[in-house]
Amino acid sequence: MARREGIEVSIAIAEAARQANVDVVSAYPITPQTHIVEHLAQLVADGDLDADYITVESEHTAMSACVGASAAGARVFTSTSSQGLALMNEIVYLAPSLRTPVVMALANRALSGPISIWNDHSDVMNERDTGWISMFANNGQEAYDLTLMAFPIGEDQRVMLPVMINFDGFILTHVIEPIYIFDNEEIADFIPPFEPFYRVHPDYPVTMGPVGVPDVYTEAKKQQDVAIRESRAVIERVFEEFAQRYGRRYKAVETYKADDAEIVLLAQGSVIEAAEVAVDHLRDQGKKVGAVELRLWRPFPFDDLKETLCGNTIRQVVVLDRCISFGGQPGPVLSEVRSALYHEPQRPMVVGVVAGLGGRDVSLENYVEMFQIGEDCLRTGKEAGEEPELVKIVGLRE
Amino acid sequence: MKLKEKPNWKEISFACVIPEPGNSVYYKTGDWKTLRPVVDKEKCIKCGTCWIFCPEYAFEEDEYGYYEPNNDYCKGCGICSRECPAQCIKMEEEVVE
Repeated sequence: MARREGIEVSIAIAEAARQANVDVVSAYPITPQTHIVEHLAQLVADGDLDADYITVESEHTAMSACVGASAAGARVFTSTSSQGLALMNEIVYLAPSLRTPVVMALANRALSGPISIWNDHSDVMNERDTGWISMFANNGQEAYDLTLMAFPIGEDQRVMLPVMINFDGFILTHVIEPIYIFDNEEIADFIPPFEPFYRVHPDYPVTMGPVGVPDVYTEAKKQQDVAIRESRAVIERVFEEFAQRYGRRYKAVETYKADDAEIVLLAQGSVIEAAEVAVDHLRDQGKKVGAVELRLWRPFPFDDLKETLCGNTIRQVVVLDRCISFGGQPGPVLSEVRSALYHEPQRPMVVGVVAGLGGRDVSLENYVEMFQIGEDCLRTGKEAGEEPELVKIVGLRE
Repeated sequence: MKLKEKPNWKEISFACVIPEPGNSVYYKTGDWKTLRPVVDKEKCIKCGTCWIFCPEYAFEEDEYGYYEPNNDYCKGCGICSRECPAQCIKMEEEVVE
């Protein structure tokens, strides 16, 4: 049976990779890093994990090694953060187009400059359109569970796409939490062996990643887009199987006290748990508020979001972005959520706020202010979209 | 083949993988050239230097041991002409018939 342990979240994620019995780990622990790959290096060195740990000279090469190993048929894991992910960028695009199901644990952190090693979501949002399946954990248990689930999702033959598990840097990665860690036997058959369609092998040569001339590139991209959209069914199946086996149920869009709420705060990652405290605080004052977590980021859960936000008591959504889209709509989550609801006949108003940049704590009073912004919009009937140039940063010194 | 008649997105191979090895021979690149190598067999010493240096593996040995470029694949780079120790390869203007 699973045992509940006080364990650093990074170590728990590394344990998930070990229990998934990965064949290859390649990473370049540039600053900022976590203990994830450090722990995996230790496991390989001690003989507790039968894997190749490929040391490389940069993050760009780390992801290149991961894609190459996956193309050879290996189960591959890597982990990075902020600047490291930015340096990987070129090959991050390559992994989904080659349909190599690499699993990456991404400790979300700000991008420079000014130089920052602290938490926000600038790094993942920069990779939004790379074609990775991407989802967010809001605590250590979820980070561990989702890392385990990433392998059967990505490696399913209907999917064959890389998966990125997001969890907040420092706020989760360096915190010791009580986490249920599975026994090895308990989780072993949850993750079936990886069976690729093609693999690079000297005896059976194939070409992967050839030139795509203008006659074929468009068709290749369509094929890739359909693959990630259709991965949704497999994600649901894996979430369901996990729930059946282990009792913890994950959903693409999660809610907290949203059933009769008028105003909800929508966010991703660890801020959701803090927002829930704010919801309770405001509920005590008689306010009808709730929280919505957009767990699944890619493929974007259009239907779940509409079902959660439209045609019910919700009249105002406050979207919290953890990064800024400079000179545009305040943040990517806002623009995606608002566009997704655009055609709905009965939709709530949507306003965007930005907070928690580069490790800035988001306090209870900040959340209260966010709900107040929602309430003001509702009262005045004014959507933020009417003044898109106005970025509402909560917690900013004016 | 017209663009519209080519395989659609369901028909192209998975992730553009090419499962057949060595199929680049189907892609004839010989029409790229503006200069073609012409071998003077009077001077040729059959050393094979052109065959070694050709980046397109376009030289083929004939039954008498001479090396001749395969103009389906020769791109006309002129490396053979430059490297030939007997200076028997001249680059002449490609004539399109």
